Amino acid sequence: MIGSLDPRVPDGPVADKWTNHKFDMKLVNPANKRKFEVIVVGTGLAGASAAASLGELGYRVKALTYHDSPRRAHSISAQGGINAAKNYQNDGDSVFRLFYDTVKGGDYRSREANVYRLAEASVDIIDQAVAQGVPFAREYGGLLDNRSFGGAQVSRTFYARGQTGQQLLLGAYSALMRQVAAGTVDLLTRTEMLDLVVEDGRAVGIVTRDLLTGEIASHSAHAVVLATGGYGNVYYLSTNAMACNVTAAWRAHRRGALFANPCYTQIHPTCIPASDEFQSKLTLMSESLRNDGRIWVPRDPDETRMAKDIPEAERYYFLEEKYPAFGNLVPRDVASRNAKTVVDQGLGVGPLKNGVYLDFAVARERDGVESIRAKYGNLFDMYERITGEDPYERPMRIYPAIHYTMGGLWVDYDLMSNVPGLFVLGEANFSDHGANRLGASALMQGLADGYFVLPYTIGNYLAPLLGTNPLPTDHESFRAVNAEVAERTRHWLEIKGTRSVDWFHRELGKICWDNIGMARNSAGLEKALSEIPALREEFHADVRILGGDEGLNTSLEKAGRVSDFFELAELMARDALTREESCGGHFREESQTDEGEALRDDDNFAHSAAWEWTGSDTEPIRHTEALEFENVALTQRSYK
Amino acid sequence: MATTMSRPKPEPISKPPRQLPFPLSLYQTAVGKKWVMALTGIGLLGFVLAHMIGNLHLYEGPVELREYAETLRDIGTEVIPRTWFLWGFRLGLIAMFALHIHAAYTLKAMSVKANPSSSVLDGTKKYEGGQDFIAVNFAGRTMVASGTIVGLFIVYHLADLTWGVLPWVDYERGDPYHNVVSSLENWPVALLYIVANILLAMHIFHGTWSLFQSLGINNPRYNGARRAFAGSIAAVILIGNLSFPILVQAGLVDEDNCTAPCGITGEEVEAEEAGQ
Amino acid sequence: MNTINLTLEVWRQSGPAADGGFVTYEANDVAEDMSFLEMLDLVNEQLIATGEEPIEFESDCREGICGTCGVMINGKAHGPEKATATCQLHMRKFDDGDHIVVEPWRATSFPIIKDLAVDRSPLDDIVTAGGFIGVNTGSAPDANLIPVPKETADAAFDAAACIGCGACVAACPNSAAQLFTSAKIQHLNLLPQGQAERWKRTEAMVETMEQFFGSCTNHGECTEACPKEIPLDFIAYTNRDYVKSKIKNRKLAGQS
Repeated sequence: MIGSLDPRVPDGPVADKWTNHKFDMKLVNPANKRKFEVIVVGTGLAGASAAASLGELGYRVKALTYHDSPRRAHSISAQGGINAAKNYQNDGDSVFRLFYDTVKGGDYRSREANVYRLAEASVDIIDQAVAQGVPFAREYGGLLDNRSFGGAQVSRTFYARGQTGQQLLLGAYSALMRQVAAGTVDLLTRTEMLDLVVEDGRAVGIVTRDLLTGEIASHSAHAVVLATGGYGNVYYLSTNAMACNVTAAWRAHRRGALFANPCYTQIHPTCIPASDEFQSKLTLMSESLRNDGRIWVPRDPDETRMAKDIPEAERYYFLEEKYPAFGNLVPRDVASRNAKTVVDQGLGVGPLKNGVYLDFAVARERDGVESIRAKYGNLFDMYERITGEDPYERPMRIYPAIHYTMGGLWVDYDLMSNVPGLFVLGEANFSDHGANRLGASALMQGLADGYFVLPYTIGNYLAPLLGTNPLPTDHESFRAVNAEVAERTRHWLEIKGTRSVDWFHRELGKICWDNIGMARNSAGLEKALSEIPALREEFHADVRILGGDEGLNTSLEKAGRVSDFFELAELMARDALTREESCGGHFREESQTDEGEALRDDDNFAHSAAWEWTGSDTEPIRHTEALEFENVALTQRSYK
Repeated sequence: MATTMSRPKPEPISKPPRQLPFPLSLYQTAVGKKWVMALTGIGLLGFVLAHMIGNLHLYEGPVELREYAETLRDIGTEVIPRTWFLWGFRLGLIAMFALHIHAAYTLKAMSVKANPSSSVLDGTKKYEGGQDFIAVNFAGRTMVASGTIVGLFIVYHLADLTWGVLPWVDYERGDPYHNVVSSLENWPVALLYIVANILLAMHIFHGTWSLFQSLGINNPRYNGARRAFAGSIAAVILIGNLSFPILVQAGLVDEDNCTAPCGITGEEVEAEEAGQ
Repeated sequence: MNTINLTLEVWRQSGPAADGGFVTYEANDVAEDMSFLEMLDLVNEQLIATGEEPIEFESDCREGICGTCGVMINGKAHGPEKATATCQLHMRKFDDGDHIVVEPWRATSFPIIKDLAVDRSPLDDIVTAGGFIGVNTGSAPDANLIPVPKETADAAFDAAACIGCGACVAACPNSAAQLFTSAKIQHLNLLPQGQAERWKRTEAMVETMEQFFGSCTNHGECTEACPKEIPLDFIAYTNRDYVKSKIKNRKLAGQS
């Protein structure tokens, strides 16, 4: 543990910090804003909202996405909703309660000041989204509807059928396209950031590859904003989209940005199990299913009968038996770990014995099929579409899957990384969710960062730079990075090995899932730390990339991304190994209560760990940021 | 700020024209043209319907049919000279036809441009591997073909029974009953009329259904009724129009029992009128 | 696990300017639980093993919401399942021994990039022309200030459900983008928040659309192909708004 990181949190009571800070920050005169150039990488919720807002303010923005359109980012897949402390339901919600719930939900591993600001901004996000035309669900009286989500005690979740993410992203996208039309934002699609350029300790630009032409290009600016999402795809199978990757964040990490808490990954308990080796991704179903479904597996590992033919006495309702009070409604991580335990014992169900039953028979008896259809019709249809099994007739099969990553690049209160000029937003940063993210909070954080935090804090960084020009792209620093990127691209094509990128990615995923998955122990993590580098070496020697570097070449794109996943996976294992406690999504088997619950070690680990890159073959340096809890008392949770 | 990257981007396939003053500006765009097509379609549809109903006078006999024809010429004689109204009406029809056809032609040209491999007539060949249509029916897909054939048929029809210039028809000016019968007694001509009217009915079916959409006056509540409405109108027109060639061919309409002025010549009619 | 064997005819084209053509591949031991795209992944694995360049096709979320994927499957946009994007089409919908023709979307304004991947950026150009409500960050009033009748909000949502995949253009014999454009316009035109720019938006987006795409002949193929089943009625509403806009005195726009 070296040194202590300063998050530069403003002084004062938590409720006044942001207000005071907004006043204290330096401003850029409206006429001067056009003299500043900002690069925004990624056009999901955080990136699109940031680029649009900066464009509206008058900055000259360059927004990049590797998709063909900014509207396709994976924010679009969020189903459930977005939290906001509007208290429209008059049920006792407040900014402080949302703040409190989020810190507690994060298992006391987040920064209080950031979370409070997030709760404050949540209110404005809803106003902004509605004004943009986001069609949130409404009551017959024409006002906004809310629901309770993820076990929250108040109804504060705004939703748009099952596509809240898509509708919010379309709102941010439309705001972005408005700025493209206005000429303040220069939009580059199908352009992937492959490296960060740092000069004199400051982020001064990026190097990109045009995915259509293969051209490597340099872009310079006064500041670089990364809004490039999470790294769940390191596990190969996750609910993330195919293209989600860590490359932009990882390349920044290699250029000096600290990577914080990579071991904080979130598992979602109700996903559809993989059906075969070639399954490309997992599909998530709303957790609300657990309200009426009973989770069980057969007691006999060699069971071959259909679920409905197995007598009650031969069924193992493992959650109900272990947690009589909460039963099937135990939190995500508890439900997930227990499912993994029974599957590891060979009790799994389905052709690959890789799932557990989620049975609606009792609810169907009690409420009738029509009631089930009314509540879960869409989800049942989705399940049938994917599995070909009728969930009205037989129990669903479910299994946990990786779905969100709380870790990311370390940022201070202003969302700036330790590299001045490099800002990180949304899932790509580590800031607000601690060790575990609450349901309906990802959309909130992405939009808060992009609409309501960065537009203020970036001015504070830029103001003193007035009068300076971005580094010319023919500067030595750019040329060097440009050459490195070109060399890396050539490298993949020159290996001419025998195995596809996907094969290596699948193998890496298995190592990660088995050892850095839902439950971790030191032996498994040590194993991962020895297996990952070995596989990585094989990857660099034996991957087969066909085609050329000019024109579209998806395998080539994937090679670079998987290569960065290898390095990240190693850091994840190292971070998990070092954090000898259980908290939120990070469960160390060595640290649990007698009842098998996650046991935090607040004396030794009430801090964020931020890692510094030192080279491919040397160990990274672990920095820490102490976490202080002045407003939320630390407690140990229990679900018995 | 940065190295510029050159990458081909789909260019507009047509440049926006210089905006003309209203209402011409409306006609410069496809949506406006579709609107014009729908309105002229309604006008032409009204004419076809009235034309069919008027022609039913055929079944009353030669005198009544001739009287009906003369009445059309007499409309408006209180204020304007005889046949002026009829000519005004005809000019209106010609204008509607012209607009309808011009709009159809330019819209088709636009769609052909938007399609890498389409041909003007079927317009549907987009995919090398073929395309499997789900919603569109035969009538919808053949609007250009049915419209073109019906248009050519109308020219024949005018030459046949209005101008009386076809050598194989014993045309007598002023005796529509005789002209109709002598034209449709020819079975190839009757067949031509039957085929053309079937195509016309198809054209009307899709057109009537479609015009609500083009005018934007449909309402989800009545969408089911729209198809029935279009079908009924097309069926009524089809039945009425087909009855003429079929009944003539069947021998149920002929000149065997007719009394004067059946078979009288144009000169005789004029003399008769002059004598009154 | 049930598996099937298939014969695929896939459009291969090495670049935008190159000549393309169908190439036949045998896809054997395809699990019925695979999605169509996973079946293509499997074929690609085999191609890579034999040293042939994999088939380029686009996909991302693979749960039917991002709109990245989409190919013509046996002459139908997104394949035979109604209301289903290609990524959500599963192989159990096919039979052992089936012959499947896979072709990219086609339209002049969707030029082929490579194999099955096409450039759909003109759809973004249509949105750039006016598919937004002009509200700067921070200037929004309270979200509950303007009540929106539930029916209106639901109708706007039906339009907003468009995922921008381009299947409507692909399925249209005229390569018209009317359904996409109308969905985008009506999502905003139906809501009270969208009224200020309603007429300007309608004209700008329709006229941009017409620079790239064909003319609508009310065939309805678009709705049939649409993974979100966006109804044709939105096209009618847009036609009405467009003509109204041309005729209206904009200074009185507030009165409608």
